[in-house]
Amino acid sequence: MRNMLAVESIGKTFNPGGVNERVAIQEISLQMEPGEVVTIIGGNGAGKSTLLNAIAGVIDIDRGRIILDNQEIHCQPEHVRAGYAGRVFQDPMMGTAASMTIEENLSMALRRGQRRRLCRGVTRNDRQLFQERLELLDLGLENRLPSKVGLLSGGQRQALTLLMATIAAPRLLLLDEHTAALDPKTAAKVLELTRTIVEENKLTTMMVTHNMEQALSFGTRTLMLHEGRVLIDISGSQRENTRVSDLLAMFEQASGKALENDRMLLAT
Amino acid sequence: MSVSIFTGVLEQGLLWGIMVLAVYLTFRILDFPDLTVDGSFTLGAAVAAHMIIIGNDPWLGTMLALVCGACAGLVTGLLHTQLRITPLLAGILTMIALYSINLRVMGKPMISLLRMDTIYTDIISWGVTKQLSVVILGAVAVILVVLFLYRFLETEMGLALRATGDNEQMIRSLGVNTNTMKVIGLALSNALIAFSGALVAQKQGFADIGMGIGMIIVGLASVIIGEVLIGHMTLLRALVAVVIGSVIYRLVIAMVLQLGLAPTDLKLFTAVLVALALASPVLKAYLKNGRARGKGEKHAGC
Ligand SMILES: Nc1ncnc2c1ncn2[C@@H]1O[C@H](COP(=O)(O)OP(=O)(O)OP(=O)(O)O)[C@@H](O)[C@H]1O
Ligand SMILES: [Mg+2]
Repeated sequence: MRNMLAVESIGKTFNPGGVNERVAIQEISLQMEPGEVVTIIGGNGAGKSTLLNAIAGVIDIDRGRIILDNQEIHCQPEHVRAGYAGRVFQDPMMGTAASMTIEENLSMALRRGQRRRLCRGVTRNDRQLFQERLELLDLGLENRLPSKVGLLSGGQRQALTLLMATIAAPRLLLLDEHTAALDPKTAAKVLELTRTIVEENKLTTMMVTHNMEQALSFGTRTLMLHEGRVLIDISGSQRENTRVSDLLAMFEQASGKALENDRMLLAT
Repeated sequence: MSVSIFTGVLEQGLLWGIMVLAVYLTFRILDFPDLTVDGSFTLGAAVAAHMIIIGNDPWLGTMLALVCGACAGLVTGLLHTQLRITPLLAGILTMIALYSINLRVMGKPMISLLRMDTIYTDIISWGVTKQLSVVILGAVAVILVVLFLYRFLETEMGLALRATGDNEQMIRSLGVNTNTMKVIGLALSNALIAFSGALVAQKQGFADIGMGIGMIIVGLASVIIGEVLIGHMTLLRALVAVVIGSVIYRLVIAMVLQLGLAPTDLKLFTAVLVALALASPVLKAYLKNGRARGKGEKHAGC
């Protein structure tokens, strides 16, 4: 099967040569099939966000290639790559424009990657589509299309961001700890929504999480990053038989030390 | 206060109101503190006045002023987006450069339009007074600009422009080139500012190299007055508020002049007004906290 995404030996060092030099990605290669859903775990500073940012074009890589759907994308600017990749950030405030209405936000998302024309931003057809999609979220937002997004709660905004990231059927969905800033109940709800949307649209997805149980139960494949490398890459039956404790043991064996990440241990 | 003072207030509020709408577009909607204003306002006046005295149709001169203003905004936009110069500095650079350019356009520090045909002449020929003609044209221009901005800001491009000012990272992650949006916003804003300058020069009968000085503060003062008194819950309301703010600002100025403020102290007065308005959150906290004076939101023990 052809790859949807191929990351070929990319590397990234921040502030090279300076006192603050940080190797964020030593070397990472990875292939993803269309519709594959990968969860990514790893300690603080392992390079998870940097990997997603490199794919999305927020940062430039130092070496290697990134190929999406048979097209080299690592030289394209961020706004061009954004045409293919939907993103949800950790901070619920980051994915929406607070001073604009729900329908305006959704309309901008629906035109992902298209040229912005001089015709009406929100049409009647749009509104109908938005209402249908918002109903699926079951947050009562379908009746609040003209409300400003700034009036919504963090969980509502994150659910909306998720809808915005997926409404234009992107080829790739990048989620960076998108439930980490929410309270447990809301987080569970947004995660469920993610599962539904990803499955319904068969989206090729990368989801960073710090919850190991979630990492093993969500999607079809799990990567563990450590110091800018892929340490563990499991899928299929091997993954089905893996417990969190196995994951910890695998980490210890592969890296030669115990996992020292409070957040991850607490989350298990 | 006499009727003619009120008409004067209305005249000024409307003609300068177009400049204020443009300042609202950059400062508030695009979140770009653009200081090109002082230069592009004079540029509009200079181009229109020059075109008129060399014998062109005043409407043509006014339209050309608009185009030149757009170019000034384009320069500021490119300085910022392509050469990565901070917004404040990019605007100041264009403003300073425009000082020389404006002198070249005018050929001297002042051009008189006395006894020349202006865009108001057509209206006066209907049999109305000069003042009334300015109010009529000013009102029509303001209404058109408000409607245009309102329609534009609700188009796909307008939404992207507003989002650029609200959450740049978000709209970029939706595939919009935010640099393009900033350049478009700045060009549009400075086109309107130059248009305003052209209307003002023809009203007062001269273009003067110093007429743009402090325009940005006049603009900000009017925007703030409008926001405080009328609010900005919806887009249309915010735009109308800006125009009303502009008229009220002129009313306040007319009143303090009546009360005996020297016209030369006006800029000082306006600057203090804007400083107070901008500082109002801190001042409110200061007054409320009483003994723990002026600590604002800082920790109680600091
Ligand atoms: N913009 C930047 N400038 C300098 N260093 C950076 C930058 N972004 C990330 N880094 C560094 O790169 C390394 C990898 O960071 P990254 O954000 O990818 O980690 P992460 O796996 O997402 O961690 P976390 O779980 O804390 O989010 C870290 O050492 C970090 O300090
Ligand atoms: Mg991270």
